[in-house]
Amino acid sequence: MQKYSVFSLIKNALSNHEKWDLAWKDPSPKNEYDVVIIGGGGHGLATAYYLAKEHKITNVAIIEKGWIGGGNVGRNTTIIRSNYMHDDNALFSEFGMDLWRKMSQDLNYNVMFSPRGIINLAHSDAQMNVYARRGNSMRLNGIDAVLLNREQVKEIIPMADFSENVRFPIFGGLMQPSAGTARHDAVAWGYARQADSMGVDIIQNCEVTGFDVSAGKINGVRTSRGNIKAKKIGLCVAGSTNILAEKLNMTLPIETHLLQACVSEPVKPVLDKVVTFGAGHFYISQSDKGEMVMGGDLDGYNSYAQRGNLPTLQHVLTEGIAMMPFLSKLKMLRTWGGIMDMSMDGSPIIDKTHIEGLYLNCGWCYGGFKATPASGWTFAHTIAQDRVHDLNAGYSLNRFNTGHLLDEKGLGTKTWIS
Amino acid sequence: MLHIKCPHCGMRSQNEFSYGGDASVKRPELGKDISNEEWDNYVYNRKSLRGKHWELWQHLSGCRQWIKVERDTATHEIFKTLKANEEIS
Repeated sequence: MQKYSVFSLIKNALSNHEKWDLAWKDPSPKNEYDVVIIGGGGHGLATAYYLAKEHKITNVAIIEKGWIGGGNVGRNTTIIRSNYMHDDNALFSEFGMDLWRKMSQDLNYNVMFSPRGIINLAHSDAQMNVYARRGNSMRLNGIDAVLLNREQVKEIIPMADFSENVRFPIFGGLMQPSAGTARHDAVAWGYARQADSMGVDIIQNCEVTGFDVSAGKINGVRTSRGNIKAKKIGLCVAGSTNILAEKLNMTLPIETHLLQACVSEPVKPVLDKVVTFGAGHFYISQSDKGEMVMGGDLDGYNSYAQRGNLPTLQHVLTEGIAMMPFLSKLKMLRTWGGIMDMSMDGSPIIDKTHIEGLYLNCGWCYGGFKATPASGWTFAHTIAQDRVHDLNAGYSLNRFNTGHLLDEKGLGTKTWIS
Repeated sequence: MLHIKCPHCGMRSQNEFSYGGDASVKRPELGKDISNEEWDNYVYNRKSLRGKHWELWQHLSGCRQWIKVERDTATHEIFKTLKANEEIS
C-alpha cells in the first residue's frame, strides 16, 4: 500500500495525480472466510481493521448492500465525546477517545479530528445540579469535565442568546474540552484502506438474503452475489438490524427510527465549540467549510425512509433559533435523514447471540459515530476471542431480561418518547 | 408531512398527533402466570419491520383519542386507520 505523506503528495503532483493507487480493491466474494462482517459502515470497517491488526485474523470479508460509508457514517453530525455518567458508557467512550486521538497516525489517513470541546447548556438550577453530578462522575472516570457558570459560557459562546427575557435563559453549562468533531467520511475510508491493505475483502453491492444456521450454529450467509461460508459472522448494520434479525427469527429490543440533520450555507468562523441546547434536543457545530451543522429530535415514528418530514425539522430549528438567534438569518443548504437502531434503554448492544458464531453490534441510537473506533475494537475482540471484553460487558443483549439496563438518559423503555 | 385520517375527526396533519408505537403488541393477561420471556417480549422486543406496520397514534391536539394506523415504514404511505377498540383484521 502506498503511504500517504507530504513526499508522496509532491511525487504524485509531478505526475498530475494520475498515478495514485486505488485506496481499496473491488474483489468478488470467495466461497469461504474465517469471519464475515455484514455492513460496510464505520463500525463494520473498524471491526475488520481491528480483527486484522489486533487479532491477526485477515481472512475476513465485509459485505455491504450499497457502497461503504453510505449509511449513517456518512450522515451524522460528526460529534465525538465521552461525557457520560454511567461507568459502562463512560469507560467505553473514553477508551474510544484515546483511539480517536491516535487515529490519523494509526490509519495514515487524515480524519481531521478536531478536539474543540463540547458545551451542554443548562437552563435551570436543577439542570446545573444534574450537570455538576454528571461532571463529577466523568472526572471520577478520568474524563475532563468543567462546570461553567453563565458568565463563563458567555465568554466562550457570546453569540448564544444571553438576553434577559427569554423562555430558556442560560444558567451555565457542562463542558468536555477534549470532545470535538472529525471528518466522518474519512473515518470510513481510512479504516477501509487499512483493512484492505491487510487482506480484508471489501465487497460492495452485495445484499444479504439469508443465513445458513444448523444445530444452533452459523455456517454461512446467502447473498445476492452467492453463498459465503463462515464460522463467524458479525452484524454491524445499525438501521437495518431488524430486517436481518427477522431473517434469523430473532426479535430484538430495537425499533428503527428516522433522524434528520441539516447544514446552513457556509459562513465565516463564528462557533469553535460543539453546543447542545439543554431545554430540548438540538446540537450545533461549525464545519471546516463554514457550514453550521445541526441536528435534533427523531421524527418520532418507526421508519426506514432515509429522508425526513418538515414538522420535525421546523421544531428542531425553532430550538436552535431560541438558543442562537443569528441562525434565523442563515439559508439552509441541505437536509437529510438516516435510520437509527433505537434500543430500548438508549444504549448499544455488542454481544454474542444464542446462535453460535453469530455476533451482534447494534442499537446505537443516535450515538454511533463517536463510538466507531471503540465499537470496532471491542466487537473485533468479542468475535476473535468468542467472549466479550470488559469494556463492552455492559452492552449485553440479555440485560433487558435481567434488568441491568443502561438508561443514561432516564427515558425508560421508549427512547423515541422525548 | 404525514396526513392521518382520524376515525373521529377526519383528515388532519401530523402536527396534531403523537406516536404511541407498535399496535400489534398485546399486554399479557392480568392474573395469569407469565414467564420472563413473555414479559420481555411485551416490554422490550419489537419486530419493527420495513413495510406495512400497525401502530398507535394519539390525536393529541384534536379529539385526544388513541387510534390505530396502518402505515408503510419505508414509503410513509397510510393505508387504513381504526378506532382504538377496533380489532386489526
